[in-house]
Amino acid sequence: MTAVSTPRSEFLAGMRDTIPMDVGSLPFGIIFGAVAVNAGLSPFGAQSMSLFVFAGSAQFIAAGLVAQNVSALFIVVTTFVVNLRHALYSATLAPYLRHVKARWLPLMGFTLTDETFVIVFKRFEERGALPYGQWYFLGSSAVMYANWQLCTLAGIVAGRTIPNPLDWGLDFAATVTFTGMIVSMVRNRSTGLAVIVAGVVALIANPLPNRLGLMLAALAGVVAGVIGTSLFREDQVERLGVSSDVGPVARGQQ
Amino acid sequence: MNEALMIGGMALVTFLIRYPVLALVGKIDMPKRIFDALRYVAPSVLAAIVIPVVLLPNNKPIQQLPDAIPLVATLLAALVMWRSKSLLATVIVGIAAFVILRAALPLFGPVFGQ
Repeated sequence: MTAVSTPRSEFLAGMRDTIPMDVGSLPFGIIFGAVAVNAGLSPFGAQSMSLFVFAGSAQFIAAGLVAQNVSALFIVVTTFVVNLRHALYSATLAPYLRHVKARWLPLMGFTLTDETFVIVFKRFEERGALPYGQWYFLGSSAVMYANWQLCTLAGIVAGRTIPNPLDWGLDFAATVTFTGMIVSMVRNRSTGLAVIVAGVVALIANPLPNRLGLMLAALAGVVAGVIGTSLFREDQVERLGVSSDVGPVARGQQ
Repeated sequence: MNEALMIGGMALVTFLIRYPVLALVGKIDMPKRIFDALRYVAPSVLAAIVIPVVLLPNNKPIQQLPDAIPLVATLLAALVMWRSKSLLATVIVGIAAFVILRAALPLFGPVFGQ
């Protein structure tokens, strides 16, 4: 990095780093649009869901429930359970955003997806709390949001011409980007252990409804990582990046 | 069903999960132990999303050759990421491998007796 960091440069970096995630979620958005109108949502409703809820897997599950004619209240409660993992994302990112003015936080909360969380967390973990970190976050959000709206629209338009959108298997695309991020994150044995334990628990808990298995697996992975830290004596090694003794924000402002 | 009510409710509960923690946790001094533990959230969640997709396609263990296509494409993607460190290259190769394997599968049918 030779260039001086500015809000503009951070925003652009956030956009650039998130583009591969867009490629991964592109088919997912199109399939959502198609599934939603086939399930009985109005085109306006399908697009509104992407505009105002902006949570891919919850939207997918909701569309499936609409097709089964369950009550709106049940769908809202299901959405809550499916999206619980986002509280973990918020807690993970919050220490890096302490210097950010309060007025920016609702927008960041609203646009916090799996993809943006992963990209932003990686940046913050490697570089500490950046003075313009919120702009990196919002750059990432902007391309995810725009991509999701356009893909939803494309899916709605194509909707009735795609008879069985799920049979194409293109929802697999997101798996590839997520795999890439796992590879880039596993840099020590405790992280490797967290990944393995989370994966095994996810397999065992796969039959649980509403992505509860995912939540359970994530928590198991975190516990395994913490155990791994002391097991492999990684806590005695000075980590590159953030040292939380002084707090990430303090470092960022040095 | 009232569509507007459903979407409004979904938007509200989703926002209420994402935003308050971001706002409140930023106000307190997070204990170092918690901060260190939360580093494992991202890799754990990603593993929890990816591993069932590739090892339990359609929620069943891999039994036939077509079931193994996501696994093969994912392993290839992991290899590309490891060597290239480029997420974009990883995505392109992974998706291309998936599409090509699916298209080419009928060609291998006779070889594997399927």
